[in-house]
Amino acid sequence: MFLTRKAEFSASHVCANPAWSADRNQAVYGNNANPNGHGHNYVLEVTLTGDPDPVTGMVFDLRQLKEILNREVVDPMDHRFLNKEVPPFDRVIPTTENLAVEIWKRIEPQIRRERVHLHNVRLYETADLYVDYGGEQ
Amino acid sequence: MKLTSRYRFSASHRLDTPALSPEENRRLYGKCNNPHGHGHDYVLEITVDGPVDQDGQVVNREALDGVVRERVLAPLDHKNLNADIPELAGSVSTTENLATMVRGALADGWTLPARLARVRISETARNTFELEVG
Repeated sequence: MFLTRKAEFSASHVCANPAWSADRNQAVYGNNANPNGHGHNYVLEVTLTGDPDPVTGMVFDLRQLKEILNREVVDPMDHRFLNKEVPPFDRVIPTTENLAVEIWKRIEPQIRRERVHLHNVRLYETADLYVDYGGEQ
Repeated sequence: MKLTSRYRFSASHRLDTPALSPEENRRLYGKCNNPHGHGHDYVLEITVDGPVDQDGQVVNREALDGVVRERVLAPLDHKNLNADIPELAGSVSTTENLATMVRGALADGWTLPARLARVRISETARNTFELEVG
């Protein structure tokens, strides 16, 4: 069975490689390279897969899942400038792809149980653009 | 990693097949067979799949948008699917056939580094058609 929980956070970022010229950054990242940053209302959907616990009837305790998402993602990232305030994005360019990988790394070890594991991280940058990440293949 | 980008286009069409009589067309397609046609605000979702490159991207957004704009949105937006789209000539302009046409328009000569993985079209908020690629 799959279980999906949603969380939201709003943050600003700049996607630019400091080693490159402004023109090259503009060519690769478009508007996302504008130097002073801009923001998004990110929507995160994490999907877990596993069998319901025979005693509780639950795949995962939703209150615990909410706490993990708050502690690892929402509290550190909400209303922050990702490049300046949320490592590793002082060194790693905070594209939606890299953000999804970082979220996976933060939450996956805390979700893994004998009968449950993280299946997918879906991160919407806008309502019209999202990535799906299922861990390293 | 998969990346999905959503686009919109508006077009008119009429469902009617010469293989059936006018009465049979009316019965089969219902309102969609009304003689003067009707329109929809279609929602198109394109999914590409591949590794995250050294720029931190599965695909360059503007490159993807450019391909979709040039090969799908420009030919289809504010057009009559029955009259204006040569690739649909001879087939009924169902969203199934439209999705197949869009998949072909994108897949033929696809040069982006990420693989085209899925084409999804919503005719209305209630009807969605999805094609896996490859």
